[in-house]
Amino acid sequence: MREKSSAMRIHRVTILGKRYESAQVRAAAVLLLPTLIAIILLFLIPVVQVVAYSFTNYNLTTGMKAYNGLANYEYLFTDDRFFKAIRNTFTFATLKLVIDTSLALAIALMLDSAIPLKKYLRSAYFAPVVVPVVASSLIWIWFFDPGIGPFNQILSALGLPTSEWLYHEDTALLSILMFSIWKGLGYNVVLFLAGLQNIPTSYIEAAQVDGAKAYQVLFKIKLPLLRPIISFVLMIGIINTFKVFAEVNVMTPKGGPLYSTALMVNYIYDTAFTSGRMGRACSASIILFLIIFALTIIQTKLDARKTISLE
Amino acid sequence: MAKKLKRMSIPIFLILLLGSIAMIFPFVWMILSAFKTVPDVYAYPPKWLPSSWKFNNYVKVFQMIPFAKYYFNSIFTSTVQTAIQLFLSVTAAYALVVLDFPGKKFLLSLIRSTMFVPIVVTLIPLYLLVSKAKMIDTYAGIILPQVFAAFTIFLLVSFFSTIPQILYDSAKLDGCGYYRILSEVVIPNSKSPISTAMLFSFLGHWKSYTWPLIVTNKATYRTLPIGMKYLVQESSSEYQIMMAASVMAILPVLIVYLFFEKQLVKSITLTGLKA
Repeated sequence: MREKSSAMRIHRVTILGKRYESAQVRAAAVLLLPTLIAIILLFLIPVVQVVAYSFTNYNLTTGMKAYNGLANYEYLFTDDRFFKAIRNTFTFATLKLVIDTSLALAIALMLDSAIPLKKYLRSAYFAPVVVPVVASSLIWIWFFDPGIGPFNQILSALGLPTSEWLYHEDTALLSILMFSIWKGLGYNVVLFLAGLQNIPTSYIEAAQVDGAKAYQVLFKIKLPLLRPIISFVLMIGIINTFKVFAEVNVMTPKGGPLYSTALMVNYIYDTAFTSGRMGRACSASIILFLIIFALTIIQTKLDARKTISLE
Repeated sequence: MAKKLKRMSIPIFLILLLGSIAMIFPFVWMILSAFKTVPDVYAYPPKWLPSSWKFNNYVKVFQMIPFAKYYFNSIFTSTVQTAIQLFLSVTAAYALVVLDFPGKKFLLSLIRSTMFVPIVVTLIPLYLLVSKAKMIDTYAGIILPQVFAAFTIFLLVSFFSTIPQILYDSAKLDGCGYYRILSEVVIPNSKSPISTAMLFSFLGHWKSYTWPLIVTNKATYRTLPIGMKYLVQESSSEYQIMMAASVMAILPVLIVYLFFEKQLVKSITLTGLKA
């Protein structure tokens, strides 16, 4: 009895005007210490350094490392290859977001209706998401082979014009986009499907009782209620498409014909690890981050406005 | 229900079935082609089925590149990364959900902010840090920079918040300290979320590409994805051999996926919808 009451007595400390139980504060400090160290070493320090290095001529091959102001940024803004990489990234990201999101939404809406083999179908659409990028890129490299790839063989069997796929500057990036959509589609399908299944059936039934047509249910009930998920998918999509690297690096190691498949990450990788220009690569990383950041903000703002106007 | 099924489903089902065949086709092609011979690969009109079912291509993969070593490296680094990541995530998530301490809000937003800075942005300082620590071409260099992920922390935070408060209170009344509440209440009650997080982080590490690529120069430290990237160049378009290697890299993941699909999908939607 006495033991229990002593265990119940709680030591308290006051930190910044708020009272805490000291045992909890101590436990939190111990338990969070490893995570805190990881965040400092793997996130905070590198973030500070990438900014600092971006103002230097840090070069691994010559060993130079001196402050050079905005010279890296000035160089980047006059570099054709950098501009090409930015343009490629925007093309890639726009097409991917539009095609991927609308296709995934359509598939999810169809999967949400009464159909047989629903479970198998969902698994089939999701399967490419879980397989490693490199291993699946290898399959598609063969698909894209102009001579002995199945794509061209099918096209020519049907009497259609064939393509050079990865080996022509006009089609190389689009080929990687095809792969990328196949690979990533299932992720959004699963998210949209979960969102659709969260919509109470009573909403839809009530609308049907009132004589709403299928398209009215879709545009007046399902899509508005899906809006939060659509905006989440877009945000994640922006961040993810601007990070794309592996498939481009595997399918077109040199950045494709006339640098046509090089995305921003490929440019950063080449600058840092092929040429050793760490400072310049850091500046490019900062620009990449700022673009992603700005797009995310614009996206959130736009979406908030839409939600308000709807209500 | 029955009326709806009759009216709507058949055309939609056929469209989805056709689409699903397109999604699965690359895998079927890979598995069949891993048995093909060189003449099969170059045959015109194309051969869909291999002319024999021998495992020669698989043997050749092991002869051409140190495939077993790559496999070992991938299993080893992914396992250690997953273990450390889970340790960090479980302790952090528990503290963030259960404990009251100063700076909690700040820490939460700090962890969240790491999700908005893609790893490519901090890649170069990390590489320089690792190279200064003389950890290029070491397992530590591959493993340590990849052990922190806000994603698993938030996954576990969302699961831990669903543990009923009464379990914590009664453990406290029994005189459990905060470490024992973690080891005797939270962890035993979260076996399935923790195994989900484990699965997720293992799959993530298994396919990790950019970091292992830049931090390994010697072939002996290459992980599977990196080894396979170089196989493309070294095999000079011997597709049937590339397919055999792909089968060996993809099949374990597909099998894991088929077993744990429900968990995977559930946690994607959970974190996806909550974020």
